[in-house]
Amino acid sequence: MRDGIPHRLGRIASGGLGRRLVIGLPALWMGLFFLLPFLVTLKIAFSTSIVGIPPIGPIVTMTDDGALQLTIHIENWSYLFSDPMYVVAYVRSLFTALITTVLCLLIGYPMAYAIARSSKRWRLLLLMLVIMPFWTSFLIRVYAWMGILKENGLLNNLLLWLHVIHQPLAIMNTQWAVYIVMAYAYLPFMLLPLYATLEKMDLSLVEASQDLGARPFTTFLLVTLPLSTPGIVAGSLLVFIPAVGEFLIPTLVGSPGNMMIASVVFNEFFNNRDWPTASAVATAVVLFLLIPIVLLVWLRARSDARAAAAAS
Amino acid sequence: MSGWRGHLLTACLLAGLAFLYAPIATLVVYSFNASPMVTIWTGVSTHWYGVLLHDPEMLRAARRSVEIALLAATGATIIGTLAGYALSRFKRFRGRSLFTGMMLAPLVMPEIISGIALLLMFVGAEQAFGWPHGRGVMTITAAHITFCSAFVAIVIQSRLAGFDTSLEEAALDLGAMPATVFCLVTLPLILPAIVAAWLLAFSLSIDDVVISEFTSGPTSTTLPLVVFSRIRLGVSPEINALAAIVIFIVLGATTILTLVRARRAATEFA
Repeated sequence: MRDGIPHRLGRIASGGLGRRLVIGLPALWMGLFFLLPFLVTLKIAFSTSIVGIPPIGPIVTMTDDGALQLTIHIENWSYLFSDPMYVVAYVRSLFTALITTVLCLLIGYPMAYAIARSSKRWRLLLLMLVIMPFWTSFLIRVYAWMGILKENGLLNNLLLWLHVIHQPLAIMNTQWAVYIVMAYAYLPFMLLPLYATLEKMDLSLVEASQDLGARPFTTFLLVTLPLSTPGIVAGSLLVFIPAVGEFLIPTLVGSPGNMMIASVVFNEFFNNRDWPTASAVATAVVLFLLIPIVLLVWLRARSDARAAAAAS
Repeated sequence: MSGWRGHLLTACLLAGLAFLYAPIATLVVYSFNASPMVTIWTGVSTHWYGVLLHDPEMLRAARRSVEIALLAATGATIIGTLAGYALSRFKRFRGRSLFTGMMLAPLVMPEIISGIALLLMFVGAEQAFGWPHGRGVMTITAAHITFCSAFVAIVIQSRLAGFDTSLEEAALDLGAMPATVFCLVTLPLILPAIVAAWLLAFSLSIDDVVISEFTSGPTSTTLPLVVFSRIRLGVSPEINALAAIVIFIVLGATTILTLVRARRAATEFA
């Protein structure tokens, strides 16, 4: 009973062929099309760039006396740290993702709070309204902002017409455009976990705080906000992680001078045809971004589970 | 919630919804613009819808996208459902953490990295085994199945997690084989989740740009790839018309789904 499944179901769990098929088919597919590609990438990250099709040198060669020789090239890796372009692009990606996460939190929190506190009939409708833009194409939502933000676009025309500004604002092809559009595109990822946490929250705690004389703002700061931390953490991760690797938005509305890490990988691959360096950058992103985050989440989940076990 | 705080909250909500919908609304409005300049209004016209419907490149790409999305969604639903079932019901087996990691990693992997890795593997496989011959519908579909499976698995897993096992137990107690239980009890119960997962996979596949960019060949350009290459050059009213059509389809589909669900809830209640 440790696992929480009744022992009768354990019979399915211990079954032979069916069970092997249920695990084996997905494992085979993902091994072939997810794990293997990364091993290939890792191998290429240690090979050398040549002129040819494909533009990669072998890392295992046969010497004259018939022995296999393994040649590992680490110059792709030394570029990553000696050429500031890669580090700058990586730091810019982290910074952009951070700004996006903060913007999503600032816009999303009041919305999620308002939906969670609205009457039950309204709640589902509002939730639908929030999710619906998410179902339309990502590319189309980004495209909509191109027409709004460009120099003779809708926003500038509106502001000029209202006499708020006298010169068109140069937003398109700057980092500002990237921040705005990324906050727009990633908002649902922040909103939904926030809503889920706020909706489940025990309102009697808020009432207790107010009964004891706390002002609404103090109650929010000391009760509501701490209680919604799981939603904030989940939403922030869901926004931050994909935002670091975002490619389409900086390409379409950002400036070519402010490349993020995904664009660097893309350029190395397609424009410079330097596959080993592109592979090394890709591997480095996995090493420096994903593995720390996954470890963090895993450690957190483990400590939560321990705390829960200790409490019961 | 009373007084000015309630009003402030409502104002925030309305402003947020305006932020979400205003860009979409401008797309639809300007798709009916007569002018070839997207942002200068000259009059109402459906001219650009006509241009779109006579654009062979767009039509071919749209058909290909639908074909790939149908295949990918179906494949991903099969693999993802099996994986989601394994993740929630088989608590212990050898390599479970590797299995979990492999199944769910595509959710957090930047698309550009998955795309490059797949392309490198396809190139390597072609060099080593002579297969696949270049890249086309086959490679793009395989790539889509892979990342969509992760989303399907998580939907199915969370559905099964909050699911009463007593029905499955009862069937087992009455002597049904595990496979029979899965087909006759578990599957029908999680069918709504499977349909939702299929729809999610379909929409992810038909919308994908980055992974498709790496795994498509000259004969398998999908609709998002055509749109991407065109809008890199700037805005065009024809794309607005396409966007409006997509928005109408999504709007129609969600409305129908909501109505069906509401009616079913009403009949079950009665």
